[in-house]
Formats: sequence, C-alpha cells, structure tokens
Amino acid sequence: MADRLSLLWLQSGGCGGCSLSLLGAEAPDLLTALDAAGIDLLWHPSLSEASGSEAQAIIEAVIAGDRGCDIFCLEGAVMRGPDGTGRFHLVPGTGMPMMERIRAIAAAARHVVAVGSCAAWGGITAGGGNAVEASGLAYDGRTPGGLLGKAFRAQGGLPVVNVAGCPIHPDWLVETLHLIARGELDAAQLDEWERPRLYTSHLVHHGCARNEFYEFKASAQLLSQMGCMMEHLGCKGTQARADCNVRPWNGTGSCLHGNYPCINCTAPGFEEPGHGFVETPKIGGIPIGLPTDMPKAWFVALASLSKAATPARLRANATADRPVANPLDRSRT
Amino acid sequence: MTRLVLGPFNRVEGDLEVRLDVASGEVRAAHVVAPLYRGFEAMLVGRSAADALVYAPRICGICSVSQSVAAAAALAEATGAGAPPNGRHAINLVHAVENVADHLTHFYLFFMPDFARPAYATAPWYPAAAARFAAIHGEASAAFLPARAQWMQMMGVLAGKWPHTLSIQPGGTTRGLDRGALARLAGLLAGFRRFVERTVFGDRLENIAHLASSDALAAWAEAHAGSDFGRFLAIARSTRLDRLGPSIGRWMSFGGYPTADGHAFARGLVEEGWRRPLPVEAIAEDVSHAWYGLQDGGPPTTGRTHPQLDNADAYSWCKAPRLDGRPVEVGALARQLVDGQTLIVDLVARYGGNAATRVIARLVETARILLLMETWLAEIRPDETFIRHGVDPRAAGTASRIGDASGSSGAGLSEAARGSLGHWLRLRDGRIAHYQIIAPTTWNFSPRDATGTPGPLEQALCGTPVRPGETDPVSVQHVVRSFDPCMVCTVH
Repeated sequence: MADRLSLLWLQSGGCGGCSLSLLGAEAPDLLTALDAAGIDLLWHPSLSEASGSEAQAIIEAVIAGDRGCDIFCLEGAVMRGPDGTGRFHLVPGTGMPMMERIRAIAAAARHVVAVGSCAAWGGITAGGGNAVEASGLAYDGRTPGGLLGKAFRAQGGLPVVNVAGCPIHPDWLVETLHLIARGELDAAQLDEWERPRLYTSHLVHHGCARNEFYEFKASAQLLSQMGCMMEHLGCKGTQARADCNVRPWNGTGSCLHGNYPCINCTAPGFEEPGHGFVETPKIGGIPIGLPTDMPKAWFVALASLSKAATPARLRANATADRPVANPLDRSRT
Repeated sequence: MTRLVLGPFNRVEGDLEVRLDVASGEVRAAHVVAPLYRGFEAMLVGRSAADALVYAPRICGICSVSQSVAAAAALAEATGAGAPPNGRHAINLVHAVENVADHLTHFYLFFMPDFARPAYATAPWYPAAAARFAAIHGEASAAFLPARAQWMQMMGVLAGKWPHTLSIQPGGTTRGLDRGALARLAGLLAGFRRFVERTVFGDRLENIAHLASSDALAAWAEAHAGSDFGRFLAIARSTRLDRLGPSIGRWMSFGGYPTADGHAFARGLVEEGWRRPLPVEAIAEDVSHAWYGLQDGGPPTTGRTHPQLDNADAYSWCKAPRLDGRPVEVGALARQLVDGQTLIVDLVARYGGNAATRVIARLVETARILLLMETWLAEIRPDETFIRHGVDPRAAGTASRIGDASGSSGAGLSEAARGSLGHWLRLRDGRIAHYQIIAPTTWNFSPRDATGTPGPLEQALCGTPVRPGETDPVSVQHVVRSFDPCMVCTVH
C-alpha cells in the first residue's frame, strides 16, 4: 500500500463555510472519504484535538521541514492589510501575521490547495473596495500574483490548485484530494484559472431544471418564479463554470433549485459584479452577459424566434411560483 | 503570577486567543482576543439593498442562515415587507435545520473531544469516553457525520443549498414547497429524529423537552447512561463541570423563531433572578479596548466601524456590546432561561449558569426545536404563497421591493444557535447607507469596556483551576468551548 499523505488545513480571512460545507460530504462521509484517499489530517481547526501550543508545534514542525506536509489547504483570503503588514490577522497565540505563516507553509508543502473563492482570489473578503487588502494565494482578484506570486510552484511542481466556490461543494475538494493522493492531478487536469476540471468542465447551465424555459426565453420576473432567471434576475448559469445542476447540493439542491440565480461564485471577482446580484444589466433590452461562446447576433436572432414560439404552458408557468399549466398526454383527453 | 497565551484555540468557529494571568493554581484574570478583522459593515455601505442578502450569509459559514434571517428581517422592517405564514414556517424550518446542526456539531465535534485528552487518562470513565468521543477517530463522529449530512438534505429541499442560501427574503422564501417536497421533508425529519432519539438521548424527544427539574435530570441520567447525553452528564458530574465557567447572572434573548404573534422562544432579559422585558434601545457598543476609532461606539443605529490600531488599551477586534452599560450572556442557556424551560430555570436557580448548564441547555433546546419543526411542517399549506413581493410582477428587473426603499431604517433581531444576533441598517435611495452587526459571540467574548468591566467569558474564566505545568489548561478549554463561540461572526 502506498504511503499515506498528510494534510494541514489553516483558515484566514473567511467565514469557515467551506469547512462546514465539506462536513456535509455524503456517500461516504468526510472522514471515510479522507481515509479512503489515504489522507491523514495533520491538523484542521474544526476537527483536530490539538489546540494552542500543540497546534503551534505541528505548524512549526512543518515549516522547519521536520514534518512532511503533502497537502496544504488554505481556507479564507490572505489578509495583507493594513498597509501590507498582515496585522488584520495575527496567528492566535503567536502575534505573527498569518500571511507570513501561510507563505512559509506553502513553501514547505508538496501541494497547495486554495479552498474556496476567498483563498483562490480574495472573494467576498475582498469586496467593497478591499480595504483589508485581501488576496488569494496566487491571484489578487483576476490579477495573477496574490500572496505567493505568479511564478509560484509547490514542491510537487503544480501551481496553487484553486478549488473555487462560495462555498465549495464538498465533492469538488474530496475528488481533488483523491486525485492528488493517486498522483493523477497534473496541469492537464486544471483549467485556465487552475481550477480542477472535474467540476469546471461544466457550466451551471448544464442540467438546470429551467432549461426548457431558457430554450424559449420564457423568463421569470421575480425570485420564486419558475422561469429562466437569465433575462431579468441576474442569473449567470450560462457562463458560470461548475457542475451545480449535474451534481446536486445537499442531496437534491442547487441555487437554481432554490429559485435564486447563479452568481458565478467560482469566478474571480464574482463579489463585485458591477450591478445588483439579482438584476440583469441590459443594453437596448438585451442582456449584456450572454453565453460567452455563442455569436451575439445568433443569440438575439434565435431568442426572438424562440420567444415567438414559446408554448402557452411555458409562458404561463414562467411567471408562476408553481405549475399552473401541466404537460398533457393528448391521447388521454 | 504567570501569563499564559492560548492559541490557536481550535474547535471553535474562527480565530481565538485567550490570555490568562494564573496564580496559586487558578486563573486570576483573562483577556479574550479576536485576532482577525474582515470589515463586512464597511463593505455593505453603498451597495444596493438587496445585495445585503448575498453578503450577510457569507459573514459566517456556520451561522449563515442566521445572518440571512437577521438581514432579511432588517430589510423587512425598513421596507414594510413581511412574510406570509408559509414563508414564516419555511424560514423557521431552514433556520432550525441550521441551529440543530450547529448544536450537535458543537457537542460531537467541538466540545466532547476534550474528554478524550490524555489529561483525563486516569479517570475511570476515560477509556469509554476516549473511544466514543475522540476527535476524528471516535465512534461518535463516525455516527454523527453521516447523520448530519443527511440532515442537511433538508437544506437542499428548503433553501437550495447550505451554507449561503439566497432563498431567505424580506417577504418570505423564494423556495415554495409542493406536496412532494413536504413529504420528503417529513421523511428527513423523521429520520433525524430517529438518530437523535437513539444516539443522542436514548429517549423520546418529548421526554427531554419536558424534563422539569434537576432531580428529574439526575434520575433520567441514571436511567439513560448509555446515551451520549447520559454519558455527558456522568462525565460532567465526575469532573464537576458545574463549577466551571460561572455566568455573570444576566442573560438575554431576542426571541427565537417568529410566530404570528411573538416568538416560539420568548424575547426577554433575566437578571437578579427575574425575567423582564428586553430594552433593545439600551444596547450600545463600547470600543475602549478594541482596535476602532474612539467615535465608533454607541448604539448600533449610529455606531461605525473604522479599524484603528493606535489605541494602546485595545487588545481585540471585538467591540464590547453592553445592555444598559453592563455585559450580558447570550446563547441557548439564555434562550431557554428567558423562555422559562423548567429544567433550565431550576438548574440555574440551584447552581447558576456554568459550563455544564450551557451544554445541557443546548441539548434540551435541540429536542424542543425538533418538536417545533414537526408543527411548522404540518402547518404549511402547499396551495398558498410562500413570499409576498410587494411589487407589480410585470415590472421586470425589480426583483423585489427592497430596491425601492429610501430613507428608512430597520433592525433585524434574531437568535442564532450561539445567541442574539442583530443587524441594524438604514437605506437611502435603495442603497445601504448604514450597517451595523452585533453577533452572539461579540456579546459573550467582548473585551473590557470603559469602566474596566470584563466581558462574560473573561469573567467566567476567573477562578478556573490550572494544574501544575499545564500550558493549555483543559478546564479553560471546557469553559471557552461551553459558550460555543463563533469568532467569524464576532469579527465580521
């Protein structure tokens, strides 16, 4: 049997929601999934017994190279403020900026994984003008660099692996860790933002239960309605990279299933869309955020055709909270 | 006098440092430090009102729904919106799923693993406790995590996902529930009830919810020693957990789970042994020992948040909220005490609030919440609406009425698992002009105020025994974790 891998997890400028989402891993549960991958936790802030000086000793040993760290997961943004001092987040019990600890551990680890959009890009923590100077490990918003610099490569040879999302789906991380443990995570498995393709090869649009409404541009006007949310309610599912409607959340859910729009939370800069999250900015009545790889003229032409062809059933249901017109087998009427 | 600095203090949500002055084998003074600043209040100012519902849940990954509920309630008050009965029930259910998950996550993953520490290796109960409750490898986590994951499937049905749902709106929930969804929820609720009754209590929820006195609890513990609650009670008795972490004798609750005419768990204040109405307007924050501008304190309707490092007296990013100028404890113990749950009232009358009663209150409350959930679920009328939008549905692009509000203010007062959570906002031209948040742990883990009065945890730690040579005293860990702190909320 191959050697088991060690995983060190730290949190900085974030909400802890990625850890909490991860605890929701199903079939199998998180502890079984990690064990199956051959991964042992060196330390995790929510799960480990070690506290205070015991925890510090583990972290120090990793930095000194006395203890191997195969995988370093950071959750939360790097807090670089104020004025680049990192003083907005000091490691409890040490008085040292967390920023410096993160840099030192990243240098010692074989693989570095940014868990969630805060650790990857800065995320929500960088919202509202980013007065706290939050950044991701290898990006500052959409700009390469972040804390570690764009040339950073972990000991294992890979750049920071960005399991982005706000929060992550538990499977995105569990499967990424399995690939790392099996030695199968190479550059070809990462997309243009170094996110694992295992979840970003999909669009949120794929498998969306509203696809029939999208096809006919039968749009919801208000949150809670059944129609497509792209035209009026800010939904970015046709551009957003994730498999949220192929791989459900919490058993059967997704944002779309909850009747609210995709806000593209796996993308850098999602926290500042430049418009209200539940509004669709338009020019001349046409949404500006059309599917990226479809010629705009074709989209507009097809949209006006399909709008004209919208079945009465969809037109009625699009602005209703529940089906008011049902599909019908005409041979039974 | 020896100074101990404890951190990173884990199995709490977020970052925490505790500084202790120790002499003659006990803590003489404590300073509680929140070492992270994020600045959500400043981020929200200037945004469109509806954006608060995207940002607020992301304050905290463990109390995410509580933050949404408080933000939606503040927006509702500012705009005159309000949820129909179905919306109220559905949001209460979403909130209850989170609160129950938080209570049991605290019990199994955060609190109980400390009894598996080598410090207790000579105790007669240790081998069984270590096998059952050890962090990561214990039997209890192995049983709890799959049950918790299945429980969170309630969120998939009710709210799309957890954490960070956008389904909770000022006028109700975006996620209407049809008969199929209601059937699925009833099944999930029944399944989790079975887990809690078999594993946590070894008894019916009704029997836990109706425990009426400390004598009744002692008798119950004898009869149910094989349940996890029974195991906890035996360990608590043996370690004299009731002598650790005394409360300051003053508790408040904003009221949990709105009903048609009040709250399922009452709003109020308990002090000097009496339950009183809660003077919400008497809440103000003190910044004398926090890294903020000296003008930042005051009532949350006018308070501000400007990080300022040059205050020599400061030691935390946590402000010091005070009610009538004095600290107050919040949480499940406060909530059940204010609500008059007879067991909790009796325990506090006899022994005061302490590390043991905080845990007991959390588990009794868990039973009560699950029973309430069954009634809310039964009261949902699937043919009626779950949300009131308050705008003409044909007005495309105005997703809800909150965009239209101007010059109005609102307070959203709610109860998160860890206690009272308030959002205070003011809107101008549909945008957020003012936003202040006071989170539960901001109350409990507050630093000293201008009078030098320490916060509730700082007071609770005084007198905690420290064994010779202990660098991270296990008693201190029990006291701190008994509050179930959420530091990420604290340092919003």
